Amino acid sequence: MRRTLLEGLKTPLTERAPDADDAELAALAAAVQNASAKTLGRSLSIRHVDAGSCNACELEIHALGNAFYDLERFGLRFVASPRHADLLLVTGPVTRNMREALERTFAATPAPKWVIASGACARDGHVFAGSYAIVGGVGDVVPVDLYIPGCPPSPNALLRGLLAVMRGSAAR
Amino acid sequence: MLIERIPGQTVQGHRPAPRVIVSPETWRTLTGELAEGRMTLFGLWGEADKVHMALLQDAEIVVVTIECRDGKFPSVGQVHPPAIRLERAIHDLCGLESPDLQDQRPWLDHGRWPIHAPLGAAPVNDAPAAGYAFLAAEGSGLHQIPVGPVHAGIIEPGHFRFHASGETVVRLEARLGYVHKGVNSLMRGANLERGAKLAARVSGDSTVAYQFAFARAAESALRVEPTPRARWLRAALAELERLANHFGDIGAICNDASFSLMHAHCGIMRERVLRACGATFGHRLMMDTIVPGGVAVDLTPGGREAVRALIANIREVLPRLVTLYDNTASLQDRTVRTGVLRTTLAVEYGCGGYIGRASGRDFDARRAFPYSPYDELRFEVPLLTRGDVNARVWIRIREIEQSLEILDQILARLPGGPARAEIAASGRDSEGHALVEGFRGDVFVALRLTAEGMIGNAHLRDPSWFQWPLLEAVIERNIVADFPLCNKSFNCSYSGHDL
Repeated sequence: MRRTLLEGLKTPLTERAPDADDAELAALAAAVQNASAKTLGRSLSIRHVDAGSCNACELEIHALGNAFYDLERFGLRFVASPRHADLLLVTGPVTRNMREALERTFAATPAPKWVIASGACARDGHVFAGSYAIVGGVGDVVPVDLYIPGCPPSPNALLRGLLAVMRGSAAR
Repeated sequence: MLIERIPGQTVQGHRPAPRVIVSPETWRTLTGELAEGRMTLFGLWGEADKVHMALLQDAEIVVVTIECRDGKFPSVGQVHPPAIRLERAIHDLCGLESPDLQDQRPWLDHGRWPIHAPLGAAPVNDAPAAGYAFLAAEGSGLHQIPVGPVHAGIIEPGHFRFHASGETVVRLEARLGYVHKGVNSLMRGANLERGAKLAARVSGDSTVAYQFAFARAAESALRVEPTPRARWLRAALAELERLANHFGDIGAICNDASFSLMHAHCGIMRERVLRACGATFGHRLMMDTIVPGGVAVDLTPGGREAVRALIANIREVLPRLVTLYDNTASLQDRTVRTGVLRTTLAVEYGCGGYIGRASGRDFDARRAFPYSPYDELRFEVPLLTRGDVNARVWIRIREIEQSLEILDQILARLPGGPARAEIAASGRDSEGHALVEGFRGDVFVALRLTAEGMIGNAHLRDPSWFQWPLLEAVIERNIVADFPLCNKSFNCSYSGHDL
């Protein structure tokens, strides 16, 4: 039984790495790629922070680990502590109740560090903008280097953004 | 009938059954009946000057209302513990007090909002709450483990305070509210289109269930019917959502027991479901697919075939995954007899979904209140009584099988015609509530609409309200290392609860 199941994984399900074909993304990535490539080489440790999301973003970030996307083949991995992270992947509008936790997570991340705001809410609060319980987008609380669009961003969009930070579109 | 024996003034505009405005005496009588287990608390929420309570008895839901003339109402939670957090939330959001409730700590309000009681009559900006006192545990050698709100994994934020004696958990208390986004406030004054968009983002894993319940509540209030095709497509969306979540969570539970092979295979199956959803309805998680009056999307060309292929693939793979789960002693060692939820507690809390059904509470909204098209579908509701992590996994396995059966029937019998009916404002105030069985349990939505068709008040009650407190009961006397396993087997929603 176990052998047949393992065989199921031998047929590669893994997809080709996505191209950084989005013009806006490429422009943003160009701003950070030199520094990140110099400092990080081909490895990036990511700490995810949910600052108030509806959980849809987390589901798609989870999918990055499945056999189709297999993000560790790119040298990308999620770590359990901001102390181990190069990059914070922040989702959701920042709620007032999560603001301090996000600030402290950012402070606990050693420099040099990058922040990706992932998803429409992380940009400007999206449908939750204007609520008494919302600060706003991630950029209203910590400096953001790259924004990944989508509601939620698909695993491919996430991969494109993460790869853009790591190696930059110009290198392709 | 419950409604016939509750004295009070009935509000006829409330659908599907009238709402009853009751006296404090009747409110207390009903509260007592809840405490005696003669009814189930199904919801408790407030507005500026009143508190509503949804009661479930047999196959009937009645909403009763108490007017709070002096800003106070008789506590439900003091005699019926499942209401405690709901009552604390009412105080935080509406400023209404229940002075006889012992636990007067805030719940959603962490003292960081610019206003206090945002749904109240006159939102005030008073002094922020200082600190938060967790319930104590006393004894020699006890230590505390604070966890969160930022967790080690890729999950939602919340705080867990453990008191442990060595490896054994003596007490767990959760503190939630970190992802409170003020959805109720945003709903007020919004039109139905925006309301549906917000509902779709209450809890991302249950986006279909929330859209479905929101749309049905609006249709109930406006007395309109969605088109036949829309009703069947909604069920297809709901069952696909159930499949995706059950696969994802079965894998994640096994992963928390360090059995990553199951996680890898279940991850593949979940991804296949999401891809089929994307191919069939244009969005992997099926956001913004259901609107009052019908559905906003129809099957794409080739969509039917994509779902058929998915069903065939699951039928081929699932039995092998089940055998792997059931025949791996090291995995069974972790899941069997771990995190046991007793039937009495599940019933007292009206605990829905796979958690309740793994502990002998035989409730499924699709069968108890058979909304279309479930009244025309054949399916079984799996039930177990053991109440451990293993039972919760098995309920999900059996529910995957049932969802496949349901999808078969939908594909075979999907009616033609338009996928959306036009709806118009009713020209008078109207109210409605609806219930939908999401993957996690029953999602309850109560809406009041204005004559112009705008949202006057909205309440969206996640099943997690009646599940989170039970996680604390379940973890007692288990070891700290089994907490992730117990937690994942519950998989309560943070965002749906915090709202």
